[in-house]
Amino acid sequence: MFRFLVRRVFGALVILLIISAVTFWLFYAVPRDPATMSCGKNCTPDMLAQIRHNLGIDHPIPVQYWDWLKGIFVGRDYAGFGHCDAPCLGYSFANREPVLGTILDRLPLTLSLAFGSAAVFLVFGIGTGMLAAVKQGKWQDKVASSASLVASSMQIYFVGYLAMYLLVAKLGILDNPSYTPLTENPGAWASGLLLPWLVLALIWTANYTRMTRSQLVETLSEDYVRTARAKGLSRANVFFRFAWRGAMGPIVTIFGIDLATLIGGAIITESVFSLQGVGRLAVQSVDKSDLPMLLGVTVLSAGAIVIFNIVVDAVYALIDPRIRLA
Amino acid sequence: MTPPTPSAAAPLEVTDDSIVASPPPSTHKGSESRSPGRLAWTRFKRDRTGVISAYIVIFFFVVAIAAPLIAKLYGKDPYTTYASQRPDLLNAFSYPAGPNGGMSSEFWFGIEPQLGRDVFTFLLYAIRNSLGIAVAASLLTMFFGIVIGVTAGYLGGKTDYLVGRVIDILLSFPSTLFFIAFMPVVYSFFVADDDNIPTGLRAASLIIVLSFFGWATIARLLRGQVLGLRVREFVEAAKVTGASPRRIVFKELLPNLWTPIIIQFTLLLPAYVTAEAGLSFLGVGMIDPTPDWGVMIARGAQFYTEDFTFMLFPGLSMVIFVLAFNLLGDSVRDALDPKSKR
Repeated sequence: MFRFLVRRVFGALVILLIISAVTFWLFYAVPRDPATMSCGKNCTPDMLAQIRHNLGIDHPIPVQYWDWLKGIFVGRDYAGFGHCDAPCLGYSFANREPVLGTILDRLPLTLSLAFGSAAVFLVFGIGTGMLAAVKQGKWQDKVASSASLVASSMQIYFVGYLAMYLLVAKLGILDNPSYTPLTENPGAWASGLLLPWLVLALIWTANYTRMTRSQLVETLSEDYVRTARAKGLSRANVFFRFAWRGAMGPIVTIFGIDLATLIGGAIITESVFSLQGVGRLAVQSVDKSDLPMLLGVTVLSAGAIVIFNIVVDAVYALIDPRIRLA
Repeated sequence: MTPPTPSAAAPLEVTDDSIVASPPPSTHKGSESRSPGRLAWTRFKRDRTGVISAYIVIFFFVVAIAAPLIAKLYGKDPYTTYASQRPDLLNAFSYPAGPNGGMSSEFWFGIEPQLGRDVFTFLLYAIRNSLGIAVAASLLTMFFGIVIGVTAGYLGGKTDYLVGRVIDILLSFPSTLFFIAFMPVVYSFFVADDDNIPTGLRAASLIIVLSFFGWATIARLLRGQVLGLRVREFVEAAKVTGASPRRIVFKELLPNLWTPIIIQFTLLLPAYVTAEAGLSFLGVGMIDPTPDWGVMIARGAQFYTEDFTFMLFPGLSMVIFVLAFNLLGDSVRDALDPKSKR
């Protein structure tokens, strides 16, 4: 287990290094100069040089990348902003705010969105999937299977507006999506995010229903399940301790990846519901050619993906004794 | 169309290309030989859901291809702002004057709020453009996925290791984020300023970006398949008889990979339709006034509380297309690989 973790964490760091380098290189592949953009109309070469110096972009690109990397581990001194403490992701080109602070500001909303909807779609998805597998071929199975097929063909940018039109504008049952910090007012937090949770969950539940059903149908026909039944164990015992445990592995894997994707920013979802989370931040930083912010969000999103991949593989091995970590 | 067969001898018999182009099989179970391709076709025809979805999908493609013809017969185009010539079409708030988004015998699907374009022709061309981009991107993705995956699997060794790591990295990229970040880069390779990007270039960039990030999944899957096939007797036999690597790849390996390739294609196309629309919705893909599913939804989002009818057309047509294609994909999978459970 220890060797597995060391190896995987090392691999994850290498991947993050490559992804940040690619982002860096890509940004400068576009002939767009952040200093010229913020310099304004009456721009003299001196002013331009001063801005470059202040932003720390008056060096060759590899040196800038090295400075950025160093900033994360030992902090960094900016001519324009002074000292920036150890996990330093730099300052935004667009509004001069520290990148880390801005991301941390936006993160609670994105996390609330991710974990809230994940809780709903896990419970519903696995629940209906189990029902469909147990009642295989009966009407419950048919309803669950076809409903999940229809739901999985829907898109957030249509269903989101449909739900807002019907439930908020027409019927007034739910509140317009908004964000209040959980610590400030839990009631407002939940009611503001209820609609995005439900819409996200509607679309994602379908995947879990289909997956749970097919996994369970497969494990229920395995020899070890039959053996357990033959030994005289109760139906419920066999279902949960044997079949469900065998079926859970792939579901955990997909769930980890989905959750990582959601944490990295549900970009379209946040746009549809006008929520200012990490996803919106990414789109805005691309629009404004704001490299430090874009890098910060990219590293966060990619980091979530690689970390969850490791966690998922470790959890898989814990659940399913047939899998050995190498 | 050879499903993976447990017997090693079978693939050698079905390397003939004529199977794909074989005439529709007769229903009687006579002594005539039945190829795997024919068996799959027979199985598919028995699946009613699959056949109905196939008709719906074909309908969408016919509409996409015939859009200019239909628009001509209908007598309108997606770019003219009809309300500027006839102010009575929109009310004082620039919303359609008639009920249901201004639907009438003249404007079948109503009128677009504010600009007053014809929704029916706009939707026709939106389907045409969106499907065109998605199909092109899927074909390009499959091409790269097949070439890279088969090469890595067949050569093995260092090439395989290198390709494997590249795939690992690509799959760790936060994809939507990179689509958004990548588009300006692709544009900047072709035009100097980003205010004036030709529509064709936007479409081409979307296709490039989608395929650039898409091939990795396909390549990984096919590489695994090739690793398994490479050590089978029929490939060994071909090697021993002195077949060139080209012959082995095209005549021995590829015929055995058609099933996973077709299955992946049926999964990829609807995914690309929705991804392309999503990017255009965010404003980084196609942009107004180019008709596109995503552009239409983005337009509709500006006034969805006042005139939801406008959004229903792109939204519903897309759900119907994606659903039909998913159902068709399921049926094709069942027909090609009847052992698989879903």
